[in-house]
Order: sequence, then C-alpha cells, then structure tokens
Amino acid sequence: AEAAELRERLRAVRHTVLVLSGKGGVGKSTFSALLAHGLAADETKQVALLDIDICGPSIPKMMGLEGEQVHQSGSGWSPVYVEENLGVMSVGFLLSSPDDAVIWRGPKKNGLIKQFLRDVDWGEVDYLIVDTPPGTSDEHLSIVQYLSASRIDGAVIVTTPQEVSLQDVRKEINFCRKVKLPIIGVVENMSGFVCPKCKNESQIFPPTTGGAEKMCQNLNVSLLGKVPLDPQIGKSCDRGQSFLTEAPESPATLSYRNIIQRIQEYCEQHHLQEEKIM
Amino acid sequence: TPAERTNLAGVQHIVLVLSGKGGVGKSTLSTELALALRNAGKRVGILDVDLCGPSIPRMLRVQDSAVHQCDSGWVPVCVGQDKAIALMSIGFLLERPDDAVVWRGPKKNALIKQFVTDVAWGDLDFLIVDTPPGTSDEHISTVEALRPYQLLGAILVTTPQ
Repeated sequence: AEAAELRERLRAVRHTVLVLSGKGGVGKSTFSALLAHGLAADETKQVALLDIDICGPSIPKMMGLEGEQVHQSGSGWSPVYVEENLGVMSVGFLLSSPDDAVIWRGPKKNGLIKQFLRDVDWGEVDYLIVDTPPGTSDEHLSIVQYLSASRIDGAVIVTTPQEVSLQDVRKEINFCRKVKLPIIGVVENMSGFVCPKCKNESQIFPPTTGGAEKMCQNLNVSLLGKVPLDPQIGKSCDRGQSFLTEAPESPATLSYRNIIQRIQEYCEQHHLQEEKIM
Repeated sequence: TPAERTNLAGVQHIVLVLSGKGGVGKSTLSTELALALRNAGKRVGILDVDLCGPSIPRMLRVQDSAVHQCDSGWVPVCVGQDKAIALMSIGFLLERPDDAVVWRGPKKNALIKQFVTDVAWGDLDFLIVDTPPGTSDEHISTVEALRPYQLLGAILVTTPQ
C-alpha cells in the first residue's frame, strides 16, 4: 500500500536523476543546483530539486532560499519555489535555525526521506533532481528503494581528480551496480584552475592516478565532462545565485552547460526507448 | 568486561576530528597530526571510523594491508616511517578496495562499537579518531562508545566558504 502511495505521487514525474558521490565536498550540491537551474532555463519544463542530505543540507543556501519555511496545503507539503518552474525541498526548510544540528540515526532519516517523496506536492514534473549526502548508507539505500515505485533514469556521479576521491567514487559506482541503478556518467569537478590574471593552468588536485578519465575507462562508465575550478563558483553558492548566470563566460560554465545537455539527451533517449518498448 | 577496560586503558588522550562538511580535509589533518605527534616522540594511534569512505589507509600507504586478531582483539596495522603509528580502519576489512560498504545505521553502529573496544591499542599518548562527514550514526555511536574513556576533545575542520 505504501509503495502504491509513492507510485501515485511520483506518477507525474517524467525523469528522475540522482546526484551521488561517495566522497564529500566534491561538488554534488553545487552540481545539483546548477543542473536544476540549467534545466529550468527552459520555461516549458517543470523542475524539482530534492535535497536528501539531512545532516548537511546545502541546497537552501545555494538556491538563495535560506530562511524559507515549508507550507502545508490540502494536497500536501508545498515545495519552495525559486522560479515558477523550479521547486525545492530540503530538511533545511524544516529547521528553526540554520545552525541546528540534525543528529538523527538512520531510521529517522529514512522516515523523513519517505515523507519528502510521499507528502510533497510537486505537481507535474519534467525533471526531479535528487541531491544526496556523501557515502553509501541509509539515505542512498532508502532513496533507491522508495523511488523503485517510480523510475530513476540514472545517477550522475561527481568526483574530483585525486585518487583519494576516486577511491570512494569507485565504491559508489559499485553501489549503483549492486542496486541496479543506471549510471548516466561521471563529472570531474575542480579539474584544473586557470588563473584569471596570467591565464596559466595549474592542477590544484593533480590526477595522480589518471583522474576520472582513467577511472571511467577502467570501469566502462561515461565521462560526462570536466569542470575547472573557478572561485566564482564558491562565491555564487555562498550568495545563493546561479553561477551559470553570474559568470556566463567562464570555462566552467561552458563545461557545466555541455554536461547538462548530455544529461538531458540521455533522459530523452531513455524515454523514447521506453516508449518504444511499451 | 575486562577486555573493554584494558584496550583503551593505556590511551592517555583521545582526540576526535570532526567537520559536518565533507571534503574539507579531516582525514588529511588526522594523518598529518598523527605524523607530527609521532615526530615529537609521542606514541600515536589512528582510528578511522569512516565506514563508507575510509581514506586513512591510502594516505599512509597501507591500503593493501590485512588485519589480524590476538587474544585481546584486533591488532592495529603499524604504519609510518618507523612503523610506530597504530592504525585501524574498516578499509583493512574489505575484500576488495572498491567494495562499497552499503550498510544501514544499526550495522555501522555495531562495527564502530567493536572498533572502539576490541582493538589492542596498547599504550598510547594520543588516539586520533577520524570521522566521516555529518552528524549521524557513526558520530553518535563513536562518542557513546568513547564516553567512559579519556576523551580530550574535538578538533573541527572547515574551509572558508
């Protein structure tokens, strides 16, 4: 009955993309926020961004929605809207203060994630993007389990070039395979830095073992793109602005836009293939 | 039990390295702190309770090590130039390094409790405990399990943003 309830609620969601890593601090939330902004640039598309990082919800700040509260209506919880076609949900909106620590064990976190999926009135959604915390634990198992009632197009896995990150990301790729979650591809963040003054390129996080490129080759996974470091990215996140619109000329923006397009194409193709089968 | 009393009884100071945020350098700092303390002549141990993303073994170049048991429990892996830093990490228990530890809270809690009480640390001046990001099962269980012992305090790591 619970599965039926979830299926009903998620019926109006056309595409679902999970943003995962395994490693913390590689840019999952940053990427999720920009993916949401990028997709919502098409005003005909309805985009939903769900933040299931219960301990460290970054999405409210990144979307400029700090201090917003969740309202209840007859049809459920209302997402907080950044644009008319971009709605957001996060535990961040349920806290009385942004510094409140959510010190919950697994079962309680799972309960909230289920509520987010069951009780939020997203309406008709073209793209549901789910931002996750680092690791391969309760939140990840639960979201895959609960979304099996609907359908997940696939996962985008974020990493940085260093082996210490790739180590954790390989585990995440194995997690995806274990739970039969398709992998749309890998994004390599913080991939080089071009000095705005002298234009020299440096590797701040050197790919000592070949970076994401080598890992993707070895594991037969798509490399969606590499995004260079740009100090404006962090600034835009802190200010709750979309980096894509704040710095349209940045090489990082170009990378992000290419990656977003590839994800869109994957989802659309996926959809066509499914319709063919049906 | 007698084992519980002896395994951490010889540890003078326990330091937790925490953040909340991932990727800020907790494991890096834990490693450097251990090496620096060792350089200063202290007896040091590192406990890596990041079950999903154990980084310490690679940082100390012992990612291919195996662990053994003795009468009082797990024998930590000895690392560092003079093999004088004792390290315990779940990284050592994985059959393949790319295996994901996909466990829910209760199973993680059971392992952490074991890690804290069943490692034969011997006499240490400092035990540094590296944690994963967040404020969840691992953190609650680690603090609960360490409470009866000499918990010096926590170092919090962040980046400027």
